[in-house]
Amino acid sequence: MTAHTDNPLVDVQNLQVHFGAVSSPVRAVDGVDFRIFPGEIVALVGESGSGKSISALSLANLVPEPAARIVGGRIIFQGSDTLTLKNSELRKLRGAKIAYIFQEPATSLNPVYTVGWQIGEAIRLHRKGVNVKAEVEKLLTSVGLPDPARAAEAYPHELSGGMQQRAMIAMALACDPDLLVADEPTTALDVTVQKQILDLLMELREKRGLSILLITHNLGIVANTADRVYVMNSGKIVESGETGTVLRTPQHEYTQKLLKAVPRLHKVS
Amino acid sequence: MSKLLQVENVHVRYGGFEAVRGVSLSLAAGETLGLVGESGCGKSSLGRAVLALEPVSAGRVAFEERSVHALKGAALKNFRCQAQMVFQDPFGSLNPRMSVGTAIEEVLYVHGRGANRAERRRKVEALFTDVGLNPDWLSRYPHEFSGGQRQRIGIARALALEPKLLVADEPVSALDVSVQADIIQLLKRIQRERGLAYLFIGHDLAVVRDMSDRIAVMFKGEVVETGTSGQVCDDPQHPYTQKLLSAVPDIDKALAQ
Repeated sequence: MTAHTDNPLVDVQNLQVHFGAVSSPVRAVDGVDFRIFPGEIVALVGESGSGKSISALSLANLVPEPAARIVGGRIIFQGSDTLTLKNSELRKLRGAKIAYIFQEPATSLNPVYTVGWQIGEAIRLHRKGVNVKAEVEKLLTSVGLPDPARAAEAYPHELSGGMQQRAMIAMALACDPDLLVADEPTTALDVTVQKQILDLLMELREKRGLSILLITHNLGIVANTADRVYVMNSGKIVESGETGTVLRTPQHEYTQKLLKAVPRLHKVS
Repeated sequence: MSKLLQVENVHVRYGGFEAVRGVSLSLAAGETLGLVGESGCGKSSLGRAVLALEPVSAGRVAFEERSVHALKGAALKNFRCQAQMVFQDPFGSLNPRMSVGTAIEEVLYVHGRGANRAERRRKVEALFTDVGLNPDWLSRYPHEFSGGQRQRIGIARALALEPKLLVADEPVSALDVSVQADIIQLLKRIQRERGLAYLFIGHDLAVVRDMSDRIAVMFKGEVVETGTSGQVCDDPQHPYTQKLLSAVPDIDKALAQ
């Protein structure tokens, strides 16, 4: 499984991101390496402040400047270093090649525009000459919304949390990206809705060959969805490997501590 | 066995919407009852109704055999000492402009505990130590604490009046997994030491199982299943409980495959 013959879609090398004063920076990401292969679901696991979200935002050069600064490393995506791209080139990368979904779909959606308009925006910008309305409905269908025409005309507050996250995924898929970065996509959702969204992400991987970087602190989700996992703590990757191997035989003290902290649904006999 | 808390056929109504539809539960002293369900199932409304923070449209909540919704004046104030609440987001429930020491001390002051300021201060220091915080931090403000520390402060405040019942509404949902484990350990230790009863409201079945002696599963305003934690999690009877359990991303099941 781990014997990848093809080249990685993303190859992050020695990434370093600093916050605060240049003289005494907070090293939020402190020399991180990770790779994602085509069609792979990779989990980046860690707790608040571990640097997992900032690492993920760095992929499309989206760290919140000037508070944060990418001070070192390379992010090789499809052969070129995204950290050296000009703004015009970054615009072609963001959304079109690398798309993001976040924890709170309600705050990622604009409350004053219909869902359909917002999904259509990326199509209008990146894909000239496409029938936007038809494409939006196709996307909403592909993320499992039962009445896509009605969902397209709805405002975000008219949809449930699970439907909002499906709409966000539809928006992320609008330009057929190669990589979907999902940052705690189900943390705000009920457990049955969470399962539907995770099933949808796995289905999209199967059908589209989408690569997914899944950021989460939930090791149960990791065990059920990810092919490989990177464990992050204090800005560093402390352990990585095939999901089953890392979770069954964790080597690093921090991974062991995280696993021990997970409440178990059934008593282990 | 006489019950500390008896919930009998309780209904909670908001206008035309009935959030809780005929729930009956009981809780003994020193026991933990877990209340699980998804958003909108009525679990928080029920928790608030138990504390008489929400009126009931029908039914009865009895605490030590007295109807809590009929309490007035001194009797109601006394009930407020006996039954306290811990919230999901302690930051939202702490005054940002009040030092945490003052916030806890105020509880004692309002209820006339402690002869003077110095005595109240000593009580607050003891509470702070008991929940694993350094009493030197009492002059700090809520934003100076981490999420886990704030939840410890929320627990200290709830314990200030030495209650017999704590209603904990998703007390660890907003916390990192390792911090979550620490707070659960703290709640368990406090229960052992003080013989507190908990109504532990949550959506994470694994957390609720870890905390609870018995579990009640709520769905659309009704309790669809109750049993010991083991019965409910290992041998669920109601289709909704089964659905809820099968949706949990179970680490052990995934690794066994």
